[in-house]
Amino acid sequence: MHTIDLYSASGKLEVGYNKIIAHIKTLDGQSVNNSQMTWAPTMYMGAMNHSCPYSPLSLVENTSSYFEGYIIFQMASSSPDYWEIAFNYTIAGANYTLKGEVEVIAPTRRKVVAFKGDDSVRYVLAMVEPSSPKFGVNDMIAMLYSTSDMMTFSKVNNYTIKIDPRMPDMGNHGSPKNVDLTQDAADKNYHGQVNFTMSGYWVINLQLLNAQSGVIKGEQLPPNSPTNSSIYFEVEY
Amino acid sequence: MVEAQSDMDTLEDKSKSPKVLEEVIITGKNNLSNKQTKILSSLDSYLESNAAINMIKRGAYAGEPFINGMATERSLITIDGMRIYGACTDKMDPITSYVEITNLSKANIQSGQSGAQHGATIAGSIDLVRKHSECNNTGFKGNVFTGIESNNFQKIIGTKLQYSGCDFYTDFDFTFRDADNYKAGGGAEILYSQFRKYNLSGMAGYKLNDKQDIAASVIYDHATDVGYPALPMDVSMAKAFITSLQHSFHEVNRHIHYWESKIYYNHVTHIMDDSKRPIVPIRMDMPGWTNTAGFYSFINGSYKKHLWKMNLSGHFNKSLAEMTMYSNNTNNKDMFMLTWPDVRTYFSNLFIEDKVLWNENWSSVFTAGAAIQYNNISDTLGYETLKIFYPNLQHNHLRWLNNIGAKLMYANNHWTHQFGLAYGNRAPSVSEGYGFYLFNSFDRWDYIGNPYMKNESSFEISESSTFNTKRFSAKAQINYFRMNHYIIGIPDTTLTSMTIGANGVKIYDQLPNADLFNIGLNMTYRILSPLSISSKFIYRLGKTQQTSLPQIQPFTYGAAIKYEQKTFATEISMEGALAQTTYGSEFGETKAPAYTIFNIGISKSFLLNKHELGLRGGIENILDANYSTFADWNRIPRMGRNLYLNFVWKF
Repeated sequence: MHTIDLYSASGKLEVGYNKIIAHIKTLDGQSVNNSQMTWAPTMYMGAMNHSCPYSPLSLVENTSSYFEGYIIFQMASSSPDYWEIAFNYTIAGANYTLKGEVEVIAPTRRKVVAFKGDDSVRYVLAMVEPSSPKFGVNDMIAMLYSTSDMMTFSKVNNYTIKIDPRMPDMGNHGSPKNVDLTQDAADKNYHGQVNFTMSGYWVINLQLLNAQSGVIKGEQLPPNSPTNSSIYFEVEY
Repeated sequence: MVEAQSDMDTLEDKSKSPKVLEEVIITGKNNLSNKQTKILSSLDSYLESNAAINMIKRGAYAGEPFINGMATERSLITIDGMRIYGACTDKMDPITSYVEITNLSKANIQSGQSGAQHGATIAGSIDLVRKHSECNNTGFKGNVFTGIESNNFQKIIGTKLQYSGCDFYTDFDFTFRDADNYKAGGGAEILYSQFRKYNLSGMAGYKLNDKQDIAASVIYDHATDVGYPALPMDVSMAKAFITSLQHSFHEVNRHIHYWESKIYYNHVTHIMDDSKRPIVPIRMDMPGWTNTAGFYSFINGSYKKHLWKMNLSGHFNKSLAEMTMYSNNTNNKDMFMLTWPDVRTYFSNLFIEDKVLWNENWSSVFTAGAAIQYNNISDTLGYETLKIFYPNLQHNHLRWLNNIGAKLMYANNHWTHQFGLAYGNRAPSVSEGYGFYLFNSFDRWDYIGNPYMKNESSFEISESSTFNTKRFSAKAQINYFRMNHYIIGIPDTTLTSMTIGANGVKIYDQLPNADLFNIGLNMTYRILSPLSISSKFIYRLGKTQQTSLPQIQPFTYGAAIKYEQKTFATEISMEGALAQTTYGSEFGETKAPAYTIFNIGISKSFLLNKHELGLRGGIENILDANYSTFADWNRIPRMGRNLYLNFVWKF
């Protein structure tokens, strides 16, 4: 009856934060206007399955058939395990469900970490920005979710994400004047600043602190540390 | 400038005016009559013979000239008045490395603000004056020369050709040098001290009329495979192309004796790499480029008791340097950054000098200059990375610079005295203002430029006296510089270094003040008409409020005995220094020990078929002492015993 086309900036879905546009059409290719739609990603792994953090879908401004939202996949499709997105939508009072398998690939550079904190809570921490890293000062945005059942994920409030970008190919030197990520009151995401003195491969070492500044996960590194923190993102440009 | 100098001299002779103490090293004009030195030695050794100059050595090549104990940021080095910027962020290519001794007739060395004619300076200036023929119809002349040195097996070969007609002259010279690693005293080989270079120079002049001529000149200097044993990197290639067009106007009118105008352009390419080093933490290339275009117009004249000079000059420079680090992990991208963010400098300067000949004994010199300097960071990438440190960084910066000085001179038959007071300031250099993670292998810190610094200023007092009789001459010089807003790297403990193994990061900043004191004494006594002895003593002291400055000359002495006849000369010399007592330990400096070395040189010229053949030979560091001086970067030992032979055949 309908098809839903998915669009992302790279044309692919990757492990990590994905901004996705969904376009609902009839089978003959006509845009379907004025529908309401929700989605739910699920990974099927034989006997068990789990979900991941994702946003609700909302209409793209000034359109009537394009929806936008994001999904933070924590792992890649790996046959026989696969990801499926279920779309539930309503057109003129009638309810429909459309399910489809999507291929989630592992990027060469890590953009999300999923871990159990020292408080025994499961967290998913994903880097949203910098999506196109550049020389100098980069705004950094990350999303932090926790879950108790691996099916529902909620944003975590009032934590601090300490960052320590390093260059492993050059003695693991750091970069100056970074700003740790703190929660923004408006979008509830974590905002800070990461600085790159040069291009190349950077590891952004992370340390997650709770509202009482207790360390939940990650280590502070000495200068020229030979190892990374137990949680980190990677950036290469 | 050669004409300017001689005009001045003639004028002064006519008026029997007091002598002015000019620091001039004759480097080439009378090569063969300059018997005591090896003619094919490097420009570095010639400059070093001046009491005001130290050559800081990072290897056997391209010493950095310090004037009055100050590094090249604080001085001005020009070639025939042309501004040229070295393209190396690690100061491996001072301007003096892009010329050959054969290109030059002399080096005009001015101390302090007397050197501000071509721009702002604190320490003083060196103007390397090129050699050229005149329109005196002497026809075609030339020479070929060759030399060899035993220690590093340096081979030198070259030629000089000149033609002089009634209204046209041209000069061409070529020098090639190739040296292996040198050996320190005792025979230890100093790895990565090799070098090879050639230098081509051409000049042509045309006489427009009795008073006016034009001259065009080109220097192309190309060095390859230059080792810097004191540094972690070498240079695979350094080249400079230096060109100018000059108009000279003699005796413009009764009051204007000489007017010289020049336009010039030069560019320098400097490729620093570590491809010869077997073990490095990471491979990297650090190329740098500068382009400079400029002009000056210089007038000198006289009016009654006044001899005056005026120079209006301006130049544009572009300095860019980058760094690529090759990841040892082939899956990862190479790393890239800008170390000089394409800094553009626009500079314009007006300088005046008025010398008044009060009477037979007394004269005075007043100098003043004003300059405007505009800097612009042109590369977005470099600008963005500097913004990490300076979030509100502006692309542009405008500065005013000025200088003023006065000297009083007295001369009679035996004595001259000169007393001077001066004030001047300078802008931070490209590295000091805009450098990005420049590793200094002396103190082993990474340096970050600071675009917000004030001008550094200096107040100086100088005194010099000479005493001359037929047999005895002596010269003493003392000067003192009080520098305010002294530019220096200050450690920032919140930052971590980029360079593997560095101690940390220093940001260029300013100390309230620093002081430098220099004293030098030279004496010569002619025992018999062909036989003379001479001696020299130099001492410097440099301090900030907290610490001693690095690379400051300890008490240094020298003595020579010379025998000179018409075609034969020999000289035995000794030089040495006491151990350093004050040194910049905070800058990673270690105490330079005492040393003494001995040298001998012999020269003889013959006439072969009416052509002069000059032979020079000698031994440097006869006793093969293993030594290192305050001027040796990271205290690498200097060359051990070295035998040299030079031949010049004139035709």
